[in-house]
Amino acid sequence: MPAQVITITSGKGGVGKTTATANLAVALAAEGSKVVCIDGDIGLRNLDVILGLENRIVYDIVDVIEGRCRLKQAMIRDKKLPNLYLIPAAQTRDKNAVSPSDMNRLIKDLRPDFDFVLIDSPAGIERGFRNAIAAADRVIVVTNPEVSAVRDADRVIGILEAEDKGPGALIINRLNPILVKKNDMLSADDVLDLLAVELIGIVPEDENVIIGSNRGAPVASDPKSKAGQAFRNIAKRLKGETVPFLDLESTGSLWERIQRLAGRK
Amino acid sequence: MNFFDRLFGKTKSADSAKERLQLVLIHDRTDLTPAELDALRDDLIATISRHVAIDAQAVQIDVEHDGRSQRLIADIPLKAARRRTRKIK
Repeated sequence: MPAQVITITSGKGGVGKTTATANLAVALAAEGSKVVCIDGDIGLRNLDVILGLENRIVYDIVDVIEGRCRLKQAMIRDKKLPNLYLIPAAQTRDKNAVSPSDMNRLIKDLRPDFDFVLIDSPAGIERGFRNAIAAADRVIVVTNPEVSAVRDADRVIGILEAEDKGPGALIINRLNPILVKKNDMLSADDVLDLLAVELIGIVPEDENVIIGSNRGAPVASDPKSKAGQAFRNIAKRLKGETVPFLDLESTGSLWERIQRLAGRK
Repeated sequence: MNFFDRLFGKTKSADSAKERLQLVLIHDRTDLTPAELDALRDDLIATISRHVAIDAQAVQIDVEHDGRSQRLIADIPLKAARRRTRKIK
């Protein structure tokens, strides 16, 4: 079966697109799928460092498109997962080095050899974003429970609908259950009410995400991390499995749990 | 809301976030600013008044949303046509 092509985008920068791409790639590959992820953020590449593959880059996506190397030469194999590959972005070029038809051609060549092609879109709604969604079968929109991120996600969802890319599936990233409980953060239900799209995952705020990115080891491979568990669940949903959403209420410090028991929260 | 917030009548921030977003998203999605909505309201009143007497002061125009689709809701009360009723009597 040819690959499913999934683009991860958000509108706003800094909501966790690259982290989500890396973690979904790791989670899918760990379950045995053959995965290639493409860094679509030309000029500001980062997927390589998040995956811990920055030292192995020889060729990049622009080299492939401009014919300086073969596709296989630009594909970097992961250190731990032999069925996970990365095609890095060019760092010294800009988004105009690639066109939507270049992306379509590249993806067409990748489809037969993989189960999943994940494309990490740059922030914004300009050229880089257009390139990233050109070949997508499915688009995942990442947002945070915050006014600016939700507003931008709504813009992106509107564009996806106008471009016939479907409404997209939503990941609510960096949700803080304690703040939600105090009614000082939009809840997942609030965000869904506002955006009215399909939810594919809720990822709790988790310091392990930063620790993982420091080490170049995405949390999806950390069995103890809550965020890692959330990403593994999303990966399963992408494969068509039905997985219940995590119970995020049970997170919180001992003191908070005691307060909750005492009925103070 | 906890005791102190209730005491000082403070709205929790998540509620204001949601309310503010609801308004912002309506305008983002429709490309309609409040000023443009007012202009539309005035045009509607002028057009409809040419055909039937309406209570211009009570006209209400709102954008409502159902899922991701938007809908323009106009509530236009008609003025009672007294003369006609008298004639029938």
